[in-house]
Parts: sequence; C-alpha cells; structure tokens
Amino acid sequence: MSGAPPVLELRDVRCAFGDHEVLRGISLSVHRHEVVALIGASGSGKSTLLRTANLLEHIGDGQVLLAGEDISDPRVDADAVRARIGTVFQAYNLFPHLSVLDNVTLAARLVHNVPRARAEARALDLLASIGLGAKAKAFPDTLSGGQQQRVAIVRAIATEPELLLLDEITSALDPELVGEVLDLVRRLKDDGATILMATHEMAFAREVADRVVFLDQGRVCETGPAREVLGTPREPRTREFLSRVLAP
Amino acid sequence: MTPEVRLGGQGDRSDVGRAPHEPSELELGRRAWRRKQTTRSVLVSLASTVVFATLLVLALRASPGWARVQDSFLDPATARESLPRVLDGLWLNLRVLLAASAGVLVVALVVATLRTLRGPVFFPLRALAAGYTDLFRGTPLIIVLYVIGFGVPGLQLFGRMDAAFWGTIALVLTYSAYVAEVFRAGIDAVHPSQRLAARSLGLTHGQTMRRVVLPQAVRKVTPALMNDFVAMQKDVGLISVLGAVDAVRAAQIEVAQHYDFTPYVVAGLLFVALALPVIRLTDWYAARLRAREQMGSLV
Repeated sequence: MSGAPPVLELRDVRCAFGDHEVLRGISLSVHRHEVVALIGASGSGKSTLLRTANLLEHIGDGQVLLAGEDISDPRVDADAVRARIGTVFQAYNLFPHLSVLDNVTLAARLVHNVPRARAEARALDLLASIGLGAKAKAFPDTLSGGQQQRVAIVRAIATEPELLLLDEITSALDPELVGEVLDLVRRLKDDGATILMATHEMAFAREVADRVVFLDQGRVCETGPAREVLGTPREPRTREFLSRVLAP
Repeated sequence: MTPEVRLGGQGDRSDVGRAPHEPSELELGRRAWRRKQTTRSVLVSLASTVVFATLLVLALRASPGWARVQDSFLDPATARESLPRVLDGLWLNLRVLLAASAGVLVVALVVATLRTLRGPVFFPLRALAAGYTDLFRGTPLIIVLYVIGFGVPGLQLFGRMDAAFWGTIALVLTYSAYVAEVFRAGIDAVHPSQRLAARSLGLTHGQTMRRVVLPQAVRKVTPALMNDFVAMQKDVGLISVLGAVDAVRAAQIEVAQHYDFTPYVVAGLLFVALALPVIRLTDWYAARLRAREQMGSLV
C-alpha cells in the first residue's frame, strides 16, 4: 500500500436514527484489490455502514474517505461520488420496467455518457461471461433469483467502479442459487475488484475475504485476517456469534 | 431499516443510558454549513418572490385599462355588501360537496371492485361498470347536470326535489366514473405477490380485497383522490345552472344588483379558501407517506 490512500476509509463514523444509535464510532479501511467481509448479527449496523459509504445515509459524526477524499463533506457532489461506487442490494433492486440489457447499460449511458452502442457491446460481453447473454432482452421478473442477482452485480460493475459494496447479496436466494452468485464474486476478486461486503455466508467469507470485520452493536468488535477472526476469534462476543451462526 | 427479530438476547444494548456522544468539531462544522445553506436558500426564495410580486403588480398597474378593471372587479364596498349572500351560497356548496364526496367514495369503490372481478359469470357486471365509466367520463358535467336536473324529474317518478339534490346526483355520477378509474389503477398497482400471500393464508377473494389489496390501493392513490376532491369542490359551483342558489348564483345575483363584477371575485376567492386546507393536507399526507415508506434514506 505504498503511500496510496485506501479506496475506502471510515474514521470514527457514527450514525443514529432518532435515539437509536446504529453506528457508534466505526473505523475501518479497504485497500485496493482487497475484499473485506462485514459480519455480525441482524441490526449490528452492517447495512447502515454500507449505506453511509455511498452517501445514502447522513452520518452523525466522523469521516468517510473515498480514495483519500473526504466524501462526508456536505460540499461534495454526492451523485458524482455514488457514480464511482457500485452497489448490489439484498433484494436485487433491478428496474422491472427495463430489459436486462437496459438495466445494465442505464448508468453507463446516463451518468457516464457512454454511447449506446459501446455500452451495449460491453454489457453483452459481461452478460455472456456470466452465461446470461441470451437473456439480454428479457425482463427481470422473468429470471430466477440467482440470475437476477447476477444481473444486478453486472449492472454494478458495468461502469467499472472503484469500489463495490455488496449488501447480503445471497440472503434472498435459495441455497442452490447462492453458489452461482458467489462464483461471480470470486471471479470479481480474481479480476482485482475492491469489495466491501456484508454477508452471512461464513464459509464464503473465509474463502474469499482478505479481512473480516465483526460488528457488534454498532462497533467494530474484532477485525483481522479472515482465517484468524473466523478460525480462532479472540473476542468472546465473536466466539458467541460464530458458535450461533455455525451451529447446525 | 427493517425492524429486526431478536433471538436469545443478541440485541441486548449493554450500554443503554450511557452519556450521549459529543459531536466533534468536524461534525459541528458540517452542521453549521448545512444550516447556512438552508438559510441561504430561504433568503434566495424570499428575495425572488418579492421581486416577482413587485414586477407583477407594476405590470398590472401600468396597463392602460387598470383603473376601469379595478373599479368593476375590485370594488371594496361591493365586496363587503355581497359577502353575506355569497357566503350563504357557499354553505350550500359545502353541504352538496360533503354529500357528493360520500356518494362518490361509495359508488366509485363499488364500480372499481366490479371492474376487477374475474370469471365469465361476472361479465355483465364488468361490462356494465366499464360502460358506466366510459359514458360518464366522456360526457361534459354540464350536460349531465341538465339531463339529470331537468330530465329525470320530468319522469315524475319521484316527488318534487330540490335543484341541489339533482345537482348532487349528477356530480356523484360524473365524479364516481373518474374516481373509480383512480381506484382501479391503485388496485392494479398493488403487487400480485400481496394477493398471493393473502390467498395462501386462506383469505377469500373478498377478504383479500377488503383487508389487503384495497388498503394498500387507497394509500397509493390518496394524492390522486385528493386532487379529484379539489376539482369537485369547484365543480360544485356548476349546480347553479339548475337554479340552486349557491355561491356562484348568489354572486351572479349580486353582480346584477351592483352592476359590478366584484362579487364574482369574492366567490372565486372563497372557493380558493375552501380548497386551500385540502390542498395543504394533500401535500402533508404525500410527504408523510414518502417519509414512512423510505425511512432513513437520503435519496
């Protein structure tokens, strides 16, 4: 990491909804080509953390830096920041009124001013690479959950974002469809993507993530290499959480 | 944020009641900047409003016929004198409006529900409902008023009824056709998964409509319904063509007495005053709905 700032850095980030403090001083960083997994119980703040990272949520205090630039400054253009970050949601959030191809090319054409022909050529390449080339003209609701989520991932990466945020992207899928989505994430990692992902898939986190961050009640409880945090956790809270999610 | 299910005390907040976090210098700076932006936009809108209003007034007063128009449309004495009678008329408008709104809600819901019935048995009902909305959305209200107000009493099936009564019927017939289509759009906009979920719980078609689909549908179309309500509020004034002495007719009588158009302006302003609360209520309701459905999100 010689001198280059992390792709994403959170410094003591706080966020509250009314009286309920969801994030209570989170600091973490994601470096270039690094995959960081956020784990923790429901309500521990994983989703909110991801939302603060792409400015879908006002932070109550602290700083969020994207490639060294303070994006929590109210003077920055939030749309321009979000255009540099790809996000995939738990419930896919594909646009049901647009074909798969239009879903994938929308941001390229509207935000990045890529000519339609070029945007479509690239989208078709990407769709072909995940085996969905034949579905380009189909509408999202005619696809299976796994196919929809793969399209959503392709939509997020079509504009070559600096950072990819994945918010429990397999939680809404059948176990047999989870595999195809995780395969795609694995390929993104191999291609050198920088990823921050909230996940419940511990085996996958152990395999793909370089680092794991365990969130507990809005704080970073433990962080470290995936093998260590998931294999030999130091904190009692982490052990308790892992024993609960890994128990049959 | 969806409410989470907490199992086995995993959501315990171990440090509830601890001192609240003191915002940092940085955060205080950001808040100050946002406040400044808000103040600035308020000032800008204020300034632009003042400039705009001034220009408008200047342009009006500079027009060659201003003195004559002011005299015949904006005469304070005539306004004062005509106000009581116009207000009396407005009271009739208000009563007709309330009766018609209640009627419209019921008729429109029934028609909308008929149009969503499935199955060949219901074809006549569906066709009737479709025909009704086609006919009454296509006919100008004033013609419906004439036909209902002068034609139906001519059948001599009913006793002598007030002009306001027939006016109300005509309004209900016309507006129900529009509102039924609004309701139908709302029913169609409820995601099919809701129907599936309700039917799979064992609810009948009727129960599903009443308890699951319609509440969501009505919520979706409330702003549109309020819009129709405001439109009807002023169309109530058209019952004056049947001879009912409402605010419009009262104003007309006053105009004839004073040789001055000011009573029309008075009636117009009163109609606006009547509509304003509902318009504001619509805005407030739409904002609240948005806030509830997109809790804690900036975009």
